[in-house]
Amino acid sequence: MKSSEALQTSDAVQYDAGSYDVIVVGAGHAGSEAALAAARMGNKTLLVTISLEMVAFMPCNPSVGGPAKGIVVREIDALGGEMGHNIDKTYIQMRMLNTGKGPAVRALRAQADKHAYHRAMKQTIEEEPNLTLRQATVDQLIVEDGVCKGVVTNTGARYHAKTVVLTVGTAARGKIIIGELQYESGPNNSKSAVKLSENLEELGFDLERFKTGTPPRVNGNTINYEETEEQPGDEEPHHFSFDTPDSAYIPISEQLSCWLTYTNEGTHDIIRENLKRAPMFSGVIKGVGPRYCPSIEDKIVRFADKPRHQVFLEPEGRDTDEYYLDGISTSMPEEIQQKIVHSIKGLEKAELMRPGYAIEYDVVAPYQLHPTLETKIIKNLYTAGQTNGSSGYEEAAGQGLIAGINAGLRALGKEPFVLKRSDAYIGVMIDDLVTKGTKEPYRLLTSRAEYRLILRHDNADFRLMEMGHKIGLVSDERLAKMEDKKAQVAAEIQRLNDIKLKPSDEKVNDFIEAHGDNRLKDGIAAADLLKRPYFDYQTLAEFIPAPEHEIDRHVIEQVEIQLKYAGYIKKEEVKVERMKRMEAKRIPDDIDYDDIDGLATEGRQKLEKIRPETLAQASRISGVNPADIAILSVYVRQGKFSKSDK
Amino acid sequence: MANSENDTIAAISTPVGEGGISIIRISGDDAIEVAQRIYKGKDLSKVASHTINYGHVIDPDTNQEVDEVMVSVMRAPRTYTREDVIEINCHGGLLATNKILQLVLSFGARMAEPGEFTKRAFLNGRLDLSQSEAVMDLIRAKTDKSMKVALNQLDGDLSRLIRHLRKDILDVLAQVEVNIDYPEYDAVEEMTTKLLKEKAEDIQQRIQALLNTAKQGKVLRDGLATAIIGRPNVGKSSLLNSLLHEDKAIVTNVAGTTRDVIEEYVNVNGVPLKLIDTAGIRDTSDQVEKIGVERSRKALEAADLILLLIDSSAALTDEDRQLLEATKDKQRIIILNKTDLPLAVDLDELKSLAGKSTVIETSIVNHEGMDQLGKQISHMFFNEGIESSQNNVMVTNARHIGLLHQANDALSDVLKGINDGMPVDLVQIDMTRCWELLGEITGDSYQDELLDQLFSQFCLGK
Repeated sequence: MKSSEALQTSDAVQYDAGSYDVIVVGAGHAGSEAALAAARMGNKTLLVTISLEMVAFMPCNPSVGGPAKGIVVREIDALGGEMGHNIDKTYIQMRMLNTGKGPAVRALRAQADKHAYHRAMKQTIEEEPNLTLRQATVDQLIVEDGVCKGVVTNTGARYHAKTVVLTVGTAARGKIIIGELQYESGPNNSKSAVKLSENLEELGFDLERFKTGTPPRVNGNTINYEETEEQPGDEEPHHFSFDTPDSAYIPISEQLSCWLTYTNEGTHDIIRENLKRAPMFSGVIKGVGPRYCPSIEDKIVRFADKPRHQVFLEPEGRDTDEYYLDGISTSMPEEIQQKIVHSIKGLEKAELMRPGYAIEYDVVAPYQLHPTLETKIIKNLYTAGQTNGSSGYEEAAGQGLIAGINAGLRALGKEPFVLKRSDAYIGVMIDDLVTKGTKEPYRLLTSRAEYRLILRHDNADFRLMEMGHKIGLVSDERLAKMEDKKAQVAAEIQRLNDIKLKPSDEKVNDFIEAHGDNRLKDGIAAADLLKRPYFDYQTLAEFIPAPEHEIDRHVIEQVEIQLKYAGYIKKEEVKVERMKRMEAKRIPDDIDYDDIDGLATEGRQKLEKIRPETLAQASRISGVNPADIAILSVYVRQGKFSKSDK
Repeated sequence: MANSENDTIAAISTPVGEGGISIIRISGDDAIEVAQRIYKGKDLSKVASHTINYGHVIDPDTNQEVDEVMVSVMRAPRTYTREDVIEINCHGGLLATNKILQLVLSFGARMAEPGEFTKRAFLNGRLDLSQSEAVMDLIRAKTDKSMKVALNQLDGDLSRLIRHLRKDILDVLAQVEVNIDYPEYDAVEEMTTKLLKEKAEDIQQRIQALLNTAKQGKVLRDGLATAIIGRPNVGKSSLLNSLLHEDKAIVTNVAGTTRDVIEEYVNVNGVPLKLIDTAGIRDTSDQVEKIGVERSRKALEAADLILLLIDSSAALTDEDRQLLEATKDKQRIIILNKTDLPLAVDLDELKSLAGKSTVIETSIVNHEGMDQLGKQISHMFFNEGIESSQNNVMVTNARHIGLLHQANDALSDVLKGINDGMPVDLVQIDMTRCWELLGEITGDSYQDELLDQLFSQFCLGK
């Protein structure tokens, strides 16, 4: 790889700039969570960023949450992370998606004021007592005997630390491409980090080249909204954080809407005529782009028969008129981008404010990571976010939190923290990355989770808050609040089980009959009645005594879900229990796969490469077959015996 | 999932085809419960441990009796695997044994992986540490063998049908997933429960059709593929008739295989034989056998065992020599027939051409030598390890049927969920299970299949 063309005549004279427990390199969504977590756990923490203006910046879509991702935000919040709080402070629109579907796939999404989001996160970081935020470019790591001991910046500062977290995102040897134009750059024309990538290669890391992209932005004053459909937020209050009260909800009248329009055959013709100038097809872009986030030129080529594609016009904030054109991510030349935009209904006169671009960047192939996100090659070095091949703010933040927690735990001399696939979407994501790797920027989808009925957004607090408390990120008071909610849910379920409706109850029988069901022959518990599709908590309430105290709607939601879907939930719990027994079977760190007779060659190679930590993880590696697992389990068992015999 | 450590497993634990009694062994937490579901007799959950109980296996779907059995109930930990173990002793016929295994696999157990009982015995501390190497060797050896077999295992038509089914289910799953992950994309039709119900019913019908064909005796297609060859008039049809005559117990015609030949099944001294291309023999009259070398050659390509007939009352012909040469690397028995007539064959030449193969002298018309022939077949099968190229097919078919049955149950759960008013994404859990179960039949378990489908079928993203 060619090194930076920028003027770097000689390296700065190095000086000792101090010691920290934890250093986090990069202050995007992963780095912000990592640094805050480490600091809140009691570690003296340094957060270094290429630009202070890039802290928790959203270089792409101005939104947080959505299917799977919204659940991750709730998980981050339950564990004691910041993303939920930060978006609750800075959203301009809130919407619950999939309300017509089951509880497992309901998803909250917020449109963010991206500038406010950045400012709020930056301020939170600045106010954190144990945390120092500095602008600097890290050029290399200080590594001694395979252990990371700090970082060196381009200004010559040598910072020492017990652990280091790298969350460098698309800055890693980033290159922006717009048509024929290419230049070295991080996101949104920020500085690219070139030397760090080179240093990682020297240290023996296998780096891959990924690609992602963003659409053009236009001036909202030049949009003809009459030609578009309004997409407002929800009336009913929703927030991401457990701590934000419903009363804080911004009334719908004060929320900003998004707008929907479509591409048309004219748009597609422009793209087709200019495909030779599209870097995606001219061979300029070599990085692997995500399938689920295709550029508009990609959509036109791959789905040639589709007459139109949706374009969502999303405001980027309250104090700006810049609009994000969700649906037409592109790296076509600027001139063509203008034509594309103007061909779209409602955007005929839209002024382009920023062109879309593609960006290529380096990724640490994630098979080189432990599930704690510590690298296998260099001890006490952790990586998270786009550096690990993921895509999306929420995915980055989730990993950043886990990397920060583990870097913090290591600095404190404590045991590491790993989320299982059955604990959280974050656990699914990290296991996918370190076990299966990824060939494209990894995005969480609900279908990646095998236990999604258990991993709901509404129960993230029940699932994870205790863990967050144990780590030291959740206060006693907050935990007590969650436990109180849990107790209320249990009490109300108990109450509904205890209330019996009699066959002589004409009122309820009439209601049942009106819904085409048979009148009651025997008494029935209110809880069982609630399981019927035509009942919900509110309708049931008309036929039974009211509870002693008024019940919070979040408690009611839990009662409904836990009763209505009990059968399915139980089935998944059985699956989880079964898998947990395999998760509990640890493979020793020093296992020598060459010493195991009978492993198939492919299985042996894969096991050696991934070095799974449990039999369950091993069983998820593609190319490792059941016989390999059987043999491995016998071998591991044998090893255990021989050690205890000695 | 396919290799979970604690679920309940089952297999036939006596050699295939051996006469007398066959044992189906079940091990795991649900062993007793699974057995109880298909058993009529005492309540197995209440009988004392290490008892053997008389009763009948019944098919719960049809309420028909399958076999008269003795069921051993052995509760953990004093068992081979240190788990609850059930052993169903049945009468050993291929049909009954297989049917019972099918039922066990349909009602809660899964087919044991190669060496899995022993693996569990080891992991549960039943076997001594020094035996671990042997356990690993056993798993590897059995796996290699069954993998070789796996290539032949799956009938081409069946696997094609199942892949079609899976594709159709995948389309449904992908559509549901798109609705969930991209709720705002209007280009995708909403997969409503009504639509899902139609799809589930369609798929269930097709699975039930498959299950019906399975019932019609696919199991009987398993056996040692055996070719009777020889030049015309050497006594092939006499041998065939004699074999069929000797085995009155199981004789079945199964027509309509891909090559459109008739295969017949006999059980010779406990060895199931699938006699191939018997039509070729039948088509000709007893007097003038028209079958020639060419036809015999084709038959022997597919054979695991060759019965090569030579006329002892005539000198070796070129045809004889060609057949001897063509089969020299095969498992074969040379039958020197017509010993009732004066000897005319050159025995020295025959012996040198026969090599290590056993030569048995018979006079089939006089029923002489048939006993020796039977003993030799069973000796080769049980002692010398002559193997069917479709060795585990019988077992595997039971496995397939068990999986199909479970897939069918999963679809019933889908339909029940829809009737109970459950949302699509919950109902889909059972639909996914159906898809995974079918994947276990064809060995397709590529987990990214769904995502690939999602992104190739739909245009999504910003």
